[in-house]
Amino acid sequence: MPTERKVIEELASKEYKYCFVTEIETESIPPGLNEDTIRLISSKKNEPEFMLEWRLKAYRHWLTMKEPSWQNVKYTPIDYQDIVYYSAPKSAGDGPKSLDEVDPELLRTYEKLGIPLKEQEMLAGVAVDAVFDSVSVGTTFSEKLGELGIIFGSFSEAVQEHPELVRKWLGTVVPSTDNFFAALNSAVFSDGSFCYIPKGVRCPMELSTYFRINAANTGQFERTLIIADEGSYVSYLEGCTAPMRDTNQLHAAVVELVALDNAQIKYSTVQNWYPGDKEGKGGIYNFVTKRGKCAGVNSKISWTQVETGSAITWKYPSCILLGDNSIGEFYSVALTNNYQQADTGTKMIHIGKNTRSTIVSKGISAGHGQNTYRGMVKIQKGADGARNYSQCDSLLIGDKCGAHTFPYIEVKNPTAKMEHEASTSKIGEDQVFYLNQRGIGTEDAVSMIVNGFCKQIFRELPMEFAVEAQKLLSISLEGSVG
Amino acid sequence: MLEIKNLRVRIAGKEILRGINLKVKAGELHAIMGPNGSGKSTLALILAGHDSYEITAGEVHYQGKNLLEMAPEERACEGLFMAFQYPIEIPGVTNLYMLKAGLNAARKHRGQEELDAMDFLKLVKERAKLVEIDESFLNRSVNEGFSGGEKKRNEIFQMAVLEPKLAVLDETDSGLDIDALKIVAKGVNALRNKDRAIIIITHYQRLLNYIVPDYVHVLVDGRIVRSGDKDLAVELEAKGYNWIESGAAAASGS
Repeated sequence: MPTERKVIEELASKEYKYCFVTEIETESIPPGLNEDTIRLISSKKNEPEFMLEWRLKAYRHWLTMKEPSWQNVKYTPIDYQDIVYYSAPKSAGDGPKSLDEVDPELLRTYEKLGIPLKEQEMLAGVAVDAVFDSVSVGTTFSEKLGELGIIFGSFSEAVQEHPELVRKWLGTVVPSTDNFFAALNSAVFSDGSFCYIPKGVRCPMELSTYFRINAANTGQFERTLIIADEGSYVSYLEGCTAPMRDTNQLHAAVVELVALDNAQIKYSTVQNWYPGDKEGKGGIYNFVTKRGKCAGVNSKISWTQVETGSAITWKYPSCILLGDNSIGEFYSVALTNNYQQADTGTKMIHIGKNTRSTIVSKGISAGHGQNTYRGMVKIQKGADGARNYSQCDSLLIGDKCGAHTFPYIEVKNPTAKMEHEASTSKIGEDQVFYLNQRGIGTEDAVSMIVNGFCKQIFRELPMEFAVEAQKLLSISLEGSVG
Repeated sequence: MLEIKNLRVRIAGKEILRGINLKVKAGELHAIMGPNGSGKSTLALILAGHDSYEITAGEVHYQGKNLLEMAPEERACEGLFMAFQYPIEIPGVTNLYMLKAGLNAARKHRGQEELDAMDFLKLVKERAKLVEIDESFLNRSVNEGFSGGEKKRNEIFQMAVLEPKLAVLDETDSGLDIDALKIVAKGVNALRNKDRAIIIITHYQRLLNYIVPDYVHVLVDGRIVRSGDKDLAVELEAKGYNWIESGAAAASGS
């Protein structure tokens, strides 16, 4: 196993230990949402007063808001009073006792992904003490990061240990009143990640929430905040490649990134929440607000996402290019199969001078999947010399799926340069036959063609992630060709 | 190696092949010539397993097996290779990647161990040299942005790597200038051996100046109307297809 991967896993298992062991002792609260729920959440997390106030403000604003309906997705209305807003992960007694009790189909998928047995047990929620063996290793890395002044841990920890940082930056990119789902998240978020990279520090390893999201049955409302101080660099990996069987319906996360002068943040996501079954039953509603602020000069934020899961994806990782010469990038692969729907894209807001943005979006639709790219490029008055390049490609597999593109462009500065390219293609039977003729079976042929289509994006992912993203695409496409 | 018996094929209700009979042995090189629309390419695609045709009669045996019952990839794994008339582009998938998948699928099929990346690269480089292909071909996406001539050369290169038992080259000479034609011919000749059968489908005799066939068959209107040796191709070139067609008309009229 490459050491890089090992590091991530070990670090991740360390995180699991710290984030959840404490939570295991807490109990669920009844469904429903009111101010008392929020007070309860805040007190359970032993939060300082300012956090409670912040949550309550968000909640009160949320009450005045309407669920958005402009997105190109259809779903049964969500009953917000029917959701459990705070629940601990299943305790050891509730989960399956061993892999024998786990759905064999799930295990086959894990096998295909090449996830070692121990991790399989962990992902399936089996109570295994052995998983925690690597505590000391985890501590070593946490010490190493600590030596550099890097703060990386759960959001709850950060609230306790670095309240001043949380208070300073929380909501500065995605205000608690930003949109319906962001407001809801601000009111009830249960946990998430916090990361601070001090001035001039280049984070020596990729930081990851590899396991945490997977193991979290509470993972509905996460909040992530990453601050890269002047001249620093961090690469952050979110998500996990294992399919998750989650009974939760709504997942409304918020991610905020801040890059100060000359700082750079690379944020990579592989999202594979439960997409629902072949008939479109079940699955996660993924309503996520992700935004980065290039606050300083010469700063750079790159979003790379591979979205293969969720019944519904509503997600627009965006960049506010405030600092002069700052750069925003968005690289995306979104795949919808069966009855999945994705409405995803980005917003690039050019405010500073000579700001540049690049958008490359690849949408793949199979089965009855519906895939929408929705993007906005906005050049403000003062953004002299701003440049944008957008490319949106759609690939269709079969004849029951759909691809849609909604690019919005708003230019208020005459010096701006914009380029937009778009294409839609169908996987040709001729391509498949050609590969068949070279000895490659149809399923492999389709996955090869799709991976070729996505190559531009995979290049942006850290290597190990790219390999898993490829495997994931193949698995997600299984059965999409007859 | 290959035996086609009374093969009849239709597409969209129209009969394209009207009773083809052909026997090809290991080591032989057969040329199938014919005018446009005579069914040459249909025959190639049927052998490769394309499913848009309806086979109404006949049998095809390949190495003692019923070829028509096999999936296209199974045929490929059993050593049947087709060089396409119009090689398709597959963006983002490199030649190297596709060939490794294809070669290893065939090795697996034969119960051999899969080649690892190093051994594979060595093999590919050696094969590229054999058919005089620049190594830059290896890492280019399959046929993407290739010129017409490059696409055809890429087909021969793939043949060199996959080392088929039976290769069907569908109009590999079409669209090539004389220099490219010579290079392609050289590649094919380098791949001729006593165990390998090759069927060359062509409209013109030109290619056969450089690749000398053991047998020449003339396909007209879905039937092989004349078979002979390399001289038949020369005669055909001199007299044109009309010469044969009128003969065929006479034959079918009798």
